[in-house]
Amino acid sequence: MTERSFPLPSQLEAVPGAEGWEAMYPYFSRFQPEDDQRFWFYNSMHFPEVVPAFDGITSEIPYTAIGANTARLFSFPTTMGIEYRIVNGRVYITANPVLDEAEQGRRLGEFQERAGHYYANWDRLYVGWQQRIEALIADIESVEVPELGELDPIEVVTSGRGFASNHLLREEFHRCIDLYSKMWHHHTEFLMLGYGAYVVFFEFCKQAFPEMGDQMVARMVAGMDVTMYRPDDELKKLAALAVDLDLADLFVEGSDPAKVLAALGERGDAGARWLAALEAAKDPWFNVSVGDGFYHHHLSWADDLTIPFAALPRYVEQIAAGVDLTRPTERLAEERERIANEYRALLGSDEEQAAFDQMLGLCRQVFPYIESHKFYCEHWFTTRFFQKIRAFGQLLADRGVLLAADDVFHLRHVEVEDALADVMLAWASGGAELGARHWQPIVAERKRIVEALAGWSPPPALGPVPEALNDPAVKMLWGVTDETVQTWLGDDEDDEDTVKGYAASPGIVEGVARVLANVNDIGSIREGEVLVCPVTAPSWGPVFGKIAAAVSDIGGTMSHAAIVAREYGMPAVVGTGQATFRIRTGDRVRVDGDRGIVTIIAREGSA
Amino acid sequence: MTTTRPVLRVADVGIEDVPSVGGKGASLGELMRAGIRVPEGFVVTTAAFRSAVSALDLGPRVTALDPADTAAVAAACADLRAVVESAPLPGAVVEAVTSAYGELCAGAGNERLPVAVRSSATSEDSADASFAGLQDTYLWVRGGDEVVEQVRRCWASLYSVESVTYRLRRNIPEEDLAMAVVVQRMVDSLSSGVMFTRSPLTGDRSVIAIDASWGLGSAVVSGDVTPDSFVVSKVTGEITKRTVATKTRWHQPDTGGQGVIESDVPGQLQDVPSISDAEIAELVAIARKVEAHYGSPQDIEWAVSRSAPVGENVLLLQSRPETVWAEKDRARVAAPTARAFDHVLNMLGGKRPSEG
Repeated sequence: MTERSFPLPSQLEAVPGAEGWEAMYPYFSRFQPEDDQRFWFYNSMHFPEVVPAFDGITSEIPYTAIGANTARLFSFPTTMGIEYRIVNGRVYITANPVLDEAEQGRRLGEFQERAGHYYANWDRLYVGWQQRIEALIADIESVEVPELGELDPIEVVTSGRGFASNHLLREEFHRCIDLYSKMWHHHTEFLMLGYGAYVVFFEFCKQAFPEMGDQMVARMVAGMDVTMYRPDDELKKLAALAVDLDLADLFVEGSDPAKVLAALGERGDAGARWLAALEAAKDPWFNVSVGDGFYHHHLSWADDLTIPFAALPRYVEQIAAGVDLTRPTERLAEERERIANEYRALLGSDEEQAAFDQMLGLCRQVFPYIESHKFYCEHWFTTRFFQKIRAFGQLLADRGVLLAADDVFHLRHVEVEDALADVMLAWASGGAELGARHWQPIVAERKRIVEALAGWSPPPALGPVPEALNDPAVKMLWGVTDETVQTWLGDDEDDEDTVKGYAASPGIVEGVARVLANVNDIGSIREGEVLVCPVTAPSWGPVFGKIAAAVSDIGGTMSHAAIVAREYGMPAVVGTGQATFRIRTGDRVRVDGDRGIVTIIAREGSA
Repeated sequence: MTTTRPVLRVADVGIEDVPSVGGKGASLGELMRAGIRVPEGFVVTTAAFRSAVSALDLGPRVTALDPADTAAVAAACADLRAVVESAPLPGAVVEAVTSAYGELCAGAGNERLPVAVRSSATSEDSADASFAGLQDTYLWVRGGDEVVEQVRRCWASLYSVESVTYRLRRNIPEEDLAMAVVVQRMVDSLSSGVMFTRSPLTGDRSVIAIDASWGLGSAVVSGDVTPDSFVVSKVTGEITKRTVATKTRWHQPDTGGQGVIESDVPGQLQDVPSISDAEIAELVAIARKVEAHYGSPQDIEWAVSRSAPVGENVLLLQSRPETVWAEKDRARVAAPTARAFDHVLNMLGGKRPSEG
C-alpha cells in the first residue's frame, strides 16, 4: 500500500480576499513548518464556521482546560493534551500522545490514584460540581460594565472606596475572561472520565453484540430527567398556557416574534399572564444557544425568540387538538430497563452479566453529568458571557471607538483590553479616545476576511496519515478513529449521490432538503423538510417536531440531537462530514437512519 | 422407551420421542406444543423402519465393504437401495402410512393433499448435522401410494454411497441404524427461506438474520437464488439491515402433478422484497419463541403461505440448533472487576476490556 497523505498545512493555498487573516488569531495558533510532519483534523464539530477574532477564545481557553485535565490533573497514561492551529479561519487539532512505555507506566500509577478518587467519590463530587458551576454562573451574571459619567457618583467618595470607576472597566472585563476560563476547567473536570465510562460500556457492547446499533447504548443509559430537555418542556408548558388562556389564535406558523409579543400585549389580563410566564421561563431555560456555544453570533433563545416562536405554533395546535406533549418518562424509563435487561439476558455467562452490570451502572452514574453539563456550560454560562462581552462592545460603541456593539467580536480579547485602556485613559485625562481611527478600519477589514474565508472548503484533515490513531480524547470526544480517517481518504471514490454517516436514529424517510449553513437560519425550516446542517444543537429540539429527518456533518450517536431525534421517532444521520457540501436546498433526499446513509434522489430543479 | 407404533401424529410427539421419530419429527411436535404454527403431519417411526428395513438384514453386506474400494461400494449401494425400494413392505406399515395420509387429506378437504416427505435422523452426536445433509427431502408429493414410495426412498438414502462410506469410516454399527420419516402438509409458499436467531456473520445473539425469496424454500437452501436478507434486532424489532436482492430463480410446485419445477422469477417480482415488514415482525416473534423454548440459538426454515389468511400465513417448517457459533461462544468477552471503574482505568491505561 502506498503511503497516503492529506494536504500538508504548508501546501494550503491562500484564499483570495482573505489576505492578512493571520492577525485575527494569536501567534501560537498558527501552523509552523514542522507541523507538516503531524496529522491534524478539522474540528468541524465545534467550529463549523469561520472563527471571528474574539471567538478565537473559544478554542484557546477550552484547549488550555482540557489538556490540563488529561495531562496534568489526572495524568492520563497514553495522552497529554490537544494542540490546535487555526488556518483560514478553521480550527485544526491533534492530540499529543505519550509513546514511551516507561512514561506511560509512571503516568498510569498516578492516573489510577487520581481518576480512582473521582470515580470512587463521583456522586459527592458531582454535587459539588453543580454548586460550583451555578456559583460561576451567578458570578458572570453579576459582572457589570461600569458607567463612566461626567463625575463618579458621590458614594464612591463617601464610602471611601478609593478607586475610580474606570478601573472597573479592566477588572470587570478580566472577570469575564477569568470566569470563562474557570468555567472551561469545570467543564472538563468530569468530561473525560465520564466519557471513559461511556466508551468502556460501548466497546463492551460492541464486542458482545457486534451488530448492535450505535444508538442502542445511549438508549440503555439515557437519563429521564435531563436538563437539556427543560427548555423544550418549558415551551410546551407555554403552549398549553396559550391554549388555556384562549390565546392560541396568536401563534401562527411564520409569524414575527415581535408582532406576536405586541399582539399579546393587547390581550389584557390573559396576554399579560402569558408574557409573565414567558419571562419566568426565560431565566434560565431560554439561555440555550442555537449553536453549541462556540460563536458569539449563535444567539440564545433569550437573545432571539425566533426558534421558540417557530416551535410554538405546532405545539399550540397539538395541545388544542388534545395531544399530550409531556415526555412519557415512565414509559421511556421502562423501555430503557427492558432493553438493558434483554441485552443482559443475551450474554452467555454470569461473569459477563456481572461485568455488564458494573459497566452499565457506572455509565448511568456518570451520565447525568454528560447530559447536563452542556446546558450549564456551553449554554447558560456562555450565553451570559457573550452578553457581557457585547455590553462592553456597547460601551466601546458609545464612546465612539467602534461603530456597533457587535464589532467588539472582531477584536481579539487582548485587543479589546487595549481598546478599553484607551477609554479608561480618555475618561481619566479628559481627552478623546483614539481608537476610532485605529480599530474601525481593522473591524471593516476583518469582516471582509471572514466573508471571504466562509467560501473555503476545509479539508477534513491535514498532514500524513497516522499509522494508528488511538488517542482516547480524540476517539471519545470527536469519534475520530482509523476508520474515520479511511473514510476521509476514500471520499473522492464515493458515489457522489451518497453521503454516509452514523446511524443516529432509525427509520427511512424521503423529503426535500433544507441546507442550513448558518444555524441562525433554523427558524426558516418548514414542516416536513429534511434538515441538513453542519452540526445539530440540542436547542433545536423543538424544531425536530416539524421536520422529517435530520442530517449533520458532525456529531455522534450519543449527541443530544441524536437522542432527541430518537425521542421524536425521526430518522437521523449524523457525522457525515460533508452533507452540507454535497446536498443543496431543494434536493430530494432519502435519509436511511437504520444504516446511516443519505441518498440524493433528485437534484433541485430536475423535475 | 421407543414406540412400537409405525406412525405417530406430529401433534402427539415431543422432544423425548427422538429415538422413535428422529430429531426433526420430535422438534416439530415440540414446537407445535409450544404454540408455534407448524404444518400438521405425521411421522413414520423407527419402529416402522425396523419392521420394514432392519428385517431385511442388510447390515452384514455393509460391514463387509472396504470404504476405500469405491467401485465396490458404489455397486453394493445401488444394489442395497434397490432392495429397500422394492422389497415387499409389511402390511401394517403400508396400512398405517396410507391411513395417516388419508386423515391428513380429510382434515384439509383435499384427497390428494400435497405433502413434504423428509428424513428425520435419530442420532444426536455431532455427526448429526453432516449426516442430516446426506438424507433426503421430497416436496409436493401427492397420493397415498406415492407417499409410501417416497418414505421408502428416504429409507433407501441410508444406503447412498456417501451415507455408507460415512458409517464405515466412523465404525457406526449397522445394528444402530434407524430413521424416521416426517410427512408434513405442504405449504404453498408465496415466499420462504431460513433464519438464524443470531448473526451468521458475527455470532451476535441480539439479532435475527433472515434470508427470504419467492416460492419454495428449496431455492434458498440449495443456493439456487441470492435471497433478500434482513437483520432484525431482537431487542427492539428494528430492521437494522435490509438488502433486497435480484431474485432470478424460484422453485414452484408442479401444480399438474408431482414434485417441483425450477424456473425464472417473473421480471416484475425480481427486485421486490419477498416478505413484508409485518411478515418480518411475525418471523421475529416466532424465532424468539423457538429460541426461548430451546434455550439456544436456532436455525429455522419457514414459509409464508399463499392461501392461508393473513395472521395465520407464516409457518415454521423446521428448527434445529445453530452449531457454527456455539463453539466460539466459549471465548470470554469480559469479567467483572473489583471496582466497577477498574474497567475504565484498564481501558484508558491501554488494556482491552477482555483482559480484565
